[in-house]
Amino acid sequence: MTRGIRLWLVAAGGAGLAALLVAACLDLPRFGGDRHPYGDRAVRAALARHTANTVASVNFDQRAFDTLGEMTILFAAVLGCVVLLRQTRDEHRARPAPEPVARPVRRYALLVLPVALLTGLYVIAHGQLSPGGGFQGGVVAATALHLLYLGADYRALERVRPIGLYEVGDAIAACAYLVTGLAGLIGGTAFLANTLLPYGTFNTLSSGGTVPLLNAAIGMEVACAVVVLLARFLDQAVEIESLTGIKTPTDKERGK
Amino acid sequence: MADVVIVVALLLVAAAATCAVLVRDPVRQALVLAVLGVVLAVLFTVLQAPDVALSQLAVGSALTPLLLLLTVRKVRRRARQEGRGP
Repeated sequence: MTRGIRLWLVAAGGAGLAALLVAACLDLPRFGGDRHPYGDRAVRAALARHTANTVASVNFDQRAFDTLGEMTILFAAVLGCVVLLRQTRDEHRARPAPEPVARPVRRYALLVLPVALLTGLYVIAHGQLSPGGGFQGGVVAATALHLLYLGADYRALERVRPIGLYEVGDAIAACAYLVTGLAGLIGGTAFLANTLLPYGTFNTLSSGGTVPLLNAAIGMEVACAVVVLLARFLDQAVEIESLTGIKTPTDKERGK
Repeated sequence: MADVVIVVALLLVAAAATCAVLVRDPVRQALVLAVLGVVLAVLFTVLQAPDVALSQLAVGSALTPLLLLLTVRKVRRRARQEGRGP
């Protein structure tokens, strides 16, 4: 394909896309209008099942199957990272020497760490009541742990973060989501249907049927996945060194 | 009043996003991305979507810049090793 044809192809495709987008935008409801047909239905369904946070109700009740897909994507992405960033045969681990940390940085990190961790856990636990939920809280809790790397050093972080446990936790949480869905299939009506548990009192921690359970499973899954992901990146950035430099392995070294 | 806040938030997002494109050094880019994350979180909050704002704050301004910085560190370390020679 020559350069001219490629340019024409891009121009034609781009013009078509632009025309379709403009046509779609002209038909959109006006910004800030007071008619929200989907919102009204979602809020009604959420209130019927005593879930105070409508977004949590959409995520873990009305569209729980979508969330299963998203969780699987995160799981697969982290699995791919773990495989790609493993230690290969021509690399070795060098223990990083402890480095001095500026006093203000150390004080700030060690002060903020428990607050941030608690905030993350709070956001997970109150996902069905207030904005937030398993995903947001999980990321906050997981990144909070890494303040220890800023405030102390890499070894201190490794000590509070046995990576095997987090990998197991990631898998267990993903399974917990599936098992809760299957329980709906066996004990109730359909896969991931929120008909199994009592809906409880509105605006309390245990309200919403299976919503708090699925929310907690997602929180654990995301927190473990982010810790594993960051651990692999940190391993590569701090510990793993290439032995051979630019030398590429020959066929004999590859074992052929 | 609410319209003014929305317009200001949109302008801030446009400015931060343009900066993120124009800055070419990856380390600075990571910092600009973190700022962009915060500004986007403000925009989502103003538009009454606190759930999305929280995700944006956690992922866009903490996790993504952190992964970028770690990657830059790894690449620079390898370049230094190669410069030294095997």
